Amino acid sequence: MARPDAETDRLFGPLAPLFANPATRLASIAAVLVLLVAAPFWFGSYATVILTNALLYVVLALGLNIVVGYAGLLDLGYAAFFAVGAYTVGIFTQTFGFNFWLTLPIALGAAALAGIIIGGPTLRLRSDYLAIVTLGFGEIVRLSARNLPITGKASGLSGIEQPWLFGWHINSQLDFYYVFCVLAIIAVIVSVRLANSRLGRAWLYVRHDEDVAEAMGIDRVRVKLAAYVIGAMFGAMGGAFFAANLGAISPESFSFTQSVLILMAVILGGMGKIPGVILGAFIVILGPELLRDLGELRLLVFAVGLLLIMLFRPSGIWPNRSVQK
Amino acid sequence: MSLFDIFTHQLVNGLVLGSFYALVALGYTMIFGVIKLLNFAHGDLYMVGGFVGFIALSAISSVVGGDWFGIFTAMLLSMIAVGCLGVLIERIAYHPMLDAPRLSILITALAVSLVLQNSVLTLTHGQYQPFRTDLGFGGINLGNLFITYNQMVLVGTAALLMIALELFVTRTQYGRAMRAVAIDKDMCQLMGINVPAIIAVTFFIGSALAAAAGTMAGAYYGSVWYFMGFLIGLKAFTAAVIGGIGSIPGAMLGGLVLGLLEAFGTQIPGVGSEWKDVFSFAVLILVLVFKPTGLLGKSEQERM
Repeated sequence: MARPDAETDRLFGPLAPLFANPATRLASIAAVLVLLVAAPFWFGSYATVILTNALLYVVLALGLNIVVGYAGLLDLGYAAFFAVGAYTVGIFTQTFGFNFWLTLPIALGAAALAGIIIGGPTLRLRSDYLAIVTLGFGEIVRLSARNLPITGKASGLSGIEQPWLFGWHINSQLDFYYVFCVLAIIAVIVSVRLANSRLGRAWLYVRHDEDVAEAMGIDRVRVKLAAYVIGAMFGAMGGAFFAANLGAISPESFSFTQSVLILMAVILGGMGKIPGVILGAFIVILGPELLRDLGELRLLVFAVGLLLIMLFRPSGIWPNRSVQK
Repeated sequence: MSLFDIFTHQLVNGLVLGSFYALVALGYTMIFGVIKLLNFAHGDLYMVGGFVGFIALSAISSVVGGDWFGIFTAMLLSMIAVGCLGVLIERIAYHPMLDAPRLSILITALAVSLVLQNSVLTLTHGQYQPFRTDLGFGGINLGNLFITYNQMVLVGTAALLMIALELFVTRTQYGRAMRAVAIDKDMCQLMGINVPAIIAVTFFIGSALAAAAGTMAGAYYGSVWYFMGFLIGLKAFTAAVIGGIGSIPGAMLGGLVLGLLEAFGTQIPGVGSEWKDVFSFAVLILVLVFKPTGLLGKSEQERM
């Protein structure tokens, strides 16, 4: 079997050999696709709801992974961008009667703008400041949604139109499951392409040693801002389809706990590693389903898990390398 | 009410709020000083302090009574217990991470915060616990301004704690060592200072101050719950940044400034109490953009 290159190795860990050889790569991709298409028929309709949610988390976690895993910045208010996407779609389809697909670029633009406004000034400072400013920003967005008339105050927005695509009305749970499958696949492809790009290598340098990176001619602030803005757009994309899927959104869907759960998905599985992040998203969503009687212990279990991971295995559950060195 | 009455009324409100913010901000800034870590769990230590004070007071109120004497006794117990908890957290979670990448220790601090929060959530099922005291609502009238005794005792206690801290930091051997560790840890080690011990003392004092604030806040507002540390943690950080992070007088000043800003901010037409928190976070972001070193902070630009 061909040896995977360093980049594939870093992104995929022990799965990397599968991606090194064109034939095994094609076979494994086909297997994943078959599994995705067949899963709802296999597991039934309740599982489809949960799996849709897990796929939404895959999109969100891969987005946050660009900020945390690729660029090494801590964002504690990621749910804010998720909210920006959801509310932009909600407001523009309902209040202004826009077509859902037209609101998508608006949502992405709004999230990018919010990312620049928050990230622009703070990314120049110590990285700890970004963490706490994002925490504050997350609260600002949630509280604004609670208080503004246009966002429907505490009760939120409901009756958000479900989109049509070339005569196909996306309205059943199964339809949305496949929509989220497509979104998750796009998120994976974009993540892989970004990691292998010039920008991806710049993030790697900045994460390892900022001063050296700057000495090599990398514009530290610009590169971090790019990560922050791209992450924001992933969040808004997830939020837009989340709003269309549920048809109703309220401020409490975008609380600090939401931001924390997305962050846990990124870190538990292994930040920076794509299968790790996907695994993390599934753990965060499927874990509580499998352990039903956890109840309010759920977050405590995750919190202790997070602490143990940080103390004993900071690189996450997913193994690091395919080749022991 | 005349404009002047509103002014003095909000001044008192601002001082009370500011006292809480300042006490919590002190811990943030001291811990940041010695190990350069933003301790996200600090707001939760305030919350745990509130709960320990609540439990202590319920246990001893039959003996010492539920008025200020009882509350001070409970506060002292809470300060000792939470101080030890702070030292324990530093030993278990932060100490092994001191040389790890910055991101790892930040996430660890977040994890500690979540563990504390959710432990209390599980124990209390997320319910508010009524903090019963025998405090009256008496006070004195100054013209149209009514100040309760509780407000006076509270601001007075906060001031005393801060004076004690200032004396400790400037007049004692430990205080001098603490300031030295904040400047250069490695050099302190070479000069024979027991750096881990100084870090432990710092965590003890910072956590104890948060616990004092938590107990007083519980008694003053009449309830404690698991999420009460979240907002004040954010606000106290804002206060520490306004004053200049790492600076002890800065944290006191920043706490008062933020308390007053918030009290007066709610009087601005269109701001109102539902926008109060948005207002403080906006202040935080503006300070970070225009004066990241704060009012009393050192001007060195540190990049991490």
